[in-house]
Amino acid sequence: MRTLATILILAGLLAVSAMLAPADAAGAIEGGGRQALNYPAIVMFFIFVAATLGITYWAARRTRSAADFYAAGGGITGFQNGLAIAGDYMSAASFLGISGLVFASGFDGLIYSVGWLVGWPIILFLIAERLRNLGKFTFADVASFRLEQTPIRSLSAIGTLTVVAFYLIAQMVGAGKLIELLFGLPYLYAVIMVGALMIIYVAFGGMVATTWVQIIKACLLLGGASFMALMVLTRYGFSPEALFKAAVDIHPKGISIMAPGNLVTDPISAVSLGLALMFGTAGLPHILMRFFTVADAKAARKSVFYATGFIGYFYILTFIIGFGAITLLMNDPEYFKVAANGTYNKITDLLGGTNMAAIHLSKAVGGSLFLGFISAVAFATILAVVAGLTLAGASAVSHDLYASVIAKGRVSEDREVRLSKMSAIVIGLVAIVLGYIFENQNVAFMVGLAFAVAASCNFPVLLMSVFWKGTTTRGVVIGGYLGLVSAVAMVVLSPAVWVKTFGFKTAIFPYDNPALFSMTIAFVGIWLFSRLDASERARKEQAAFEPQYVRSETGIGATGALAH
Amino acid sequence: MTPDIYQRVSQDRRFRELVATRSRFAWILSAVMLVIYFGFIFIIAFAPKSLGVPLAGGVTTVGIPLGLFVIISAFVLTGIYVRRANSEFDALTRQIIEEAK
Repeated sequence: MRTLATILILAGLLAVSAMLAPADAAGAIEGGGRQALNYPAIVMFFIFVAATLGITYWAARRTRSAADFYAAGGGITGFQNGLAIAGDYMSAASFLGISGLVFASGFDGLIYSVGWLVGWPIILFLIAERLRNLGKFTFADVASFRLEQTPIRSLSAIGTLTVVAFYLIAQMVGAGKLIELLFGLPYLYAVIMVGALMIIYVAFGGMVATTWVQIIKACLLLGGASFMALMVLTRYGFSPEALFKAAVDIHPKGISIMAPGNLVTDPISAVSLGLALMFGTAGLPHILMRFFTVADAKAARKSVFYATGFIGYFYILTFIIGFGAITLLMNDPEYFKVAANGTYNKITDLLGGTNMAAIHLSKAVGGSLFLGFISAVAFATILAVVAGLTLAGASAVSHDLYASVIAKGRVSEDREVRLSKMSAIVIGLVAIVLGYIFENQNVAFMVGLAFAVAASCNFPVLLMSVFWKGTTTRGVVIGGYLGLVSAVAMVVLSPAVWVKTFGFKTAIFPYDNPALFSMTIAFVGIWLFSRLDASERARKEQAAFEPQYVRSETGIGATGALAH
Repeated sequence: MTPDIYQRVSQDRRFRELVATRSRFAWILSAVMLVIYFGFIFIIAFAPKSLGVPLAGGVTTVGIPLGLFVIISAFVLTGIYVRRANSEFDALTRQIIEEAK
């Protein structure tokens, strides 16, 4: 295994360099906005890949047991885990997307960042320590603690894989486009490279490598974003008022960028979006998995504290970066597609679209070397996030579906881990194919869909099985599937998909975000069908609540928490 | 690890008290967070103009410090919970477990 790992990691490095070479010739092609080959970015990205492959090699040698593979042996500290969680959360979508949103419409960007952040305190107060006390490798361990293994694990695995699939497609397509733009690499090469690297990280390095890749990237991203915000603020004497004043003067929308705009129009949409952002976080499988990598409940709590701090700080930075991009880019035609008569739209004509605001700003404040650094960091961000998603998906297949549902627990640890590695490879290949298929599709709704499913299936199942004594297998299974199906159905019938993607005239479901309705369906479903469940099994499950309750509150018997 | 320990802990009066206190604390903090966040969302939904009122004659509006306040409150609330849970609650938990063994 060790030599195999070495060979494959070397092959990974070679593949990366081989792919960069032919791109050189193709790099000059104009068209979808692909740029000439960006050498500083490529060199810095190469250093990142070499370093992470080195870590993967080191991690592969230390990964022996299933606990090592799924949960890094429980050896991650609260601070490290806080950084890794923040890293999982600070995806390219949130870095480029939020700063782009601020660039285009100012204040509205803040609404999203706030929504994405406030889920964290709730996770801490209600879920984090109970998850750590009850679970081992996946959140299905917790949901099925006193309920019937087969149906609950199948449901959790389907919930996990649905979230992972939508999130992964959105990330892969975004990655391909971004890399095409930043590095001058053709789309397909970019997608294959991302897929190949994530397979290597996960299949060989497991959770240890995935966590360290995430930590390194989080530090690079926080450092780079801090530098950008600092450079912006120094130009305005560290006065936010002066920065806002300059932005209002330059921005075509003027003073309206300082107040809520069109992002949220009616109260139902506002609440529904708020619920999805807040509770979706608490149902993302790759985030929940991170709570099993620390030693005990105490470290689990600390990780949320640090993560909330890093993420909040990061969102404040993206807000400053967005405003800095308004003031430093909008009057400079260098960053825009200028029409023949010398005019350009200060928002929509930004080269590569508004999501590139932060990237262009890095050049404006730090020159082409810093542009290279930020481009490499953006690429690294994508890699780290897709690796986390792949690991979560692979764990659901091997630990939940295979070991518990198919083999009914009669499987050796070695075999389970081997299967997980194979699943990671399959998920990686599927992601490459889907990324290729969806190249020219609008995938923006997929992140929303992932959050909606996480909030309407994973989160209610987890919360009800841990908190309510009356929860039974039948209730969870019916309510969970109802939440999952209704969330997917309502998103498909919503304006964003039914009208914008499929091209129908009017949407059947009027709101873009279903969380308010699908979460209600899931919770009521679990409650109602648990109540109606008068079976012998239900009685036993309700009686088994007490020991689960004691363990969830104290950690007695938790894996790795107490040495006896 | 015998099942008996769960029963002993479960019947321990201090365990009941600990869990009741900690749950109350956690639910109160959750409620505070929800009120702050949905308060912010409701202002955006029902009275977006009120967030656009400038502060002290400049261009900075009420919405900016309010948004910052929501972000900082999330961090502060987690800090408050972790501080109490990792000291007071964990010490009590350890004590209960030790005596139940």
